[in-house]
Amino acid sequence: MLKIENLYKTFNPGTANEVKALQGVSFELPEGSFVCVLGTNGSGKSTLLNAVAGSFYPDEGKIFLDNENITHWPEYRRAKHIGRVFQNPYSGTAPEMTIAENLVMAAKRGRPRGLGLALNKKYLTDFSDRVKPLNMKLEERIENPIGKLSGGQRQALTLIMATWQKPKLLLLDEHTAALDPKTAAKVIQLTEEVIKKDNLTTLMVTHSMQQAVNLGDRILMMHNGKIAFDFSGSDKKRLKVNDLLALFDEIRRKEQIDASVSELLMKSYV
Amino acid sequence: MTLLVGSLTIGLILALLALGVFISFRIFNFPDITVEGSITFGASVAAALISIGWNPLLATILAFFGGMIAGAATGILHTKFKINGLLAGILVMTALYSINLHVMGKSNIPLMSVTTLFSWFEGWTPAFFGTATDVNVLGWTVNATDIIVMFCILIITIFFGILLFWFFKTDIGTAMRATGNNPQMIRALGVNTQAMIILGLALSNGMIAIAGALLAQYQGFADVQMGIGMLVWGLASVIIGEALITKKTLGFVITGAIMGSILFRLLVAIALRWGMNPNDLKLITAVFVFIALILPGFIEKTKKTRLSVNIKM
Repeated sequence: MLKIENLYKTFNPGTANEVKALQGVSFELPEGSFVCVLGTNGSGKSTLLNAVAGSFYPDEGKIFLDNENITHWPEYRRAKHIGRVFQNPYSGTAPEMTIAENLVMAAKRGRPRGLGLALNKKYLTDFSDRVKPLNMKLEERIENPIGKLSGGQRQALTLIMATWQKPKLLLLDEHTAALDPKTAAKVIQLTEEVIKKDNLTTLMVTHSMQQAVNLGDRILMMHNGKIAFDFSGSDKKRLKVNDLLALFDEIRRKEQIDASVSELLMKSYV
Repeated sequence: MTLLVGSLTIGLILALLALGVFISFRIFNFPDITVEGSITFGASVAAALISIGWNPLLATILAFFGGMIAGAATGILHTKFKINGLLAGILVMTALYSINLHVMGKSNIPLMSVTTLFSWFEGWTPAFFGTATDVNVLGWTVNATDIIVMFCILIITIFFGILLFWFFKTDIGTAMRATGNNPQMIRALGVNTQAMIILGLALSNGMIAIAGALLAQYQGFADVQMGIGMLVWGLASVIIGEALITKKTLGFVITGAIMGSILFRLLVAIALRWGMNPNDLKLITAVFVFIALILPGFIEKTKKTRLSVNIKM
């Protein structure tokens, strides 16, 4: 479904703030797979997600979605096929507009928008029916501004919005990182439900190793803009949090060795 | 009383300006100074066409399209060429000054002796009041023609108010509101936010150009200077309108902007009547908008300091 070929991206090239965020990332996601992307801060996991979403264009490499080359499609055009939930719970909804208005904009994701009235009775009942199972009493506030809701409620709604129309690809960018543990658990439960229901192809960035272990059928571990490890199938099932911690430790030690070794060599050769 | 009816009429005409400013200032959160060029552009297009014998309705409609082009130009400079919104507006406004002079061929066009929309309105007086030249309204004697003109403008303004309300409830309209509210979100839902800004500014300036066309026909001339200070005027109307309403829903905000424009025009008329120097008008308007802009933040601040004092005690 999603194919990434040799993706490179450098921010602020040629300046003191140069960041080589992606350095040759390639992988392929078959339809219906659910991948967790793990990595340290600055490993490029969010950059990878944003590159797929189209927030910027890569310097090199190609992105294919459903065999279509979308590398140079603008963000709004890709949105037709991609549903997205952001890290910041306030990013995914328009605060001054009502819950119903937010949902109806999502219900028309990627479809031509005309001069017909956006909302009608059928949509309103559909929306009420859909938010009722959240047990947040949102069905009573469907015509109230969404900005009055809590971060967790807004994130749950963003998730519903991203999947209202079945996307070819669902992108989740640490979407529980800014929530308290209880709310995060609820949002994760909802995430599992919607992904299972429609068998969605999902790319989820997280820094919770517990989430990566519990969810999905594959783990990509990123480091320094590259994929350091890729576990799927029975390997992924066997992985525990401790194994992941050990891998992170291994990466860190390898890095230290690089630095200390070069220092040693410098002493003898320079 | 004539003064009151006249003020109401101008207030209603400028309500279209207020609605246009509402789109740029409140929907997109940026003060679009193109207004000062596009209101004159609307006036000069309508005046130039009417003075050579065009149908005034057709001339006013053409003024609308002229304003839309001006607004779209600002939108394109802002989105496609990444020019700061205020600067994009200044560029288009400055360019329009020369264009307006070209359209009119001179710095002003009188419309006293030609048929305008207002000649039509005035012609309808006998149909409502017969031969009477004065009518009694709530105990005041008012010129019948003035009343008819005011009602015609009232209907036009209400028409545009309802049109705008309906537009912002459509699919494109909701997407446009979301573009100002949270562009990242609406892009992720497949909307081209740049196109929304261009379209929104085009609509805004189109309506403002109609305000200019109507104003020129009402006062009997179009002048190349008539746009100066109009943005601040529109901002004042929008801000007063927000103070007048109790709920922040779309219908209330649009009604508020119209009421704000009328009230502001009345206040100005009263102040002038009391002997305020007309030269001070723009200064006072600017100070008024300044105060209205900083007041909410200031009140918030004093509340906080009071709170911290209480905690210390």
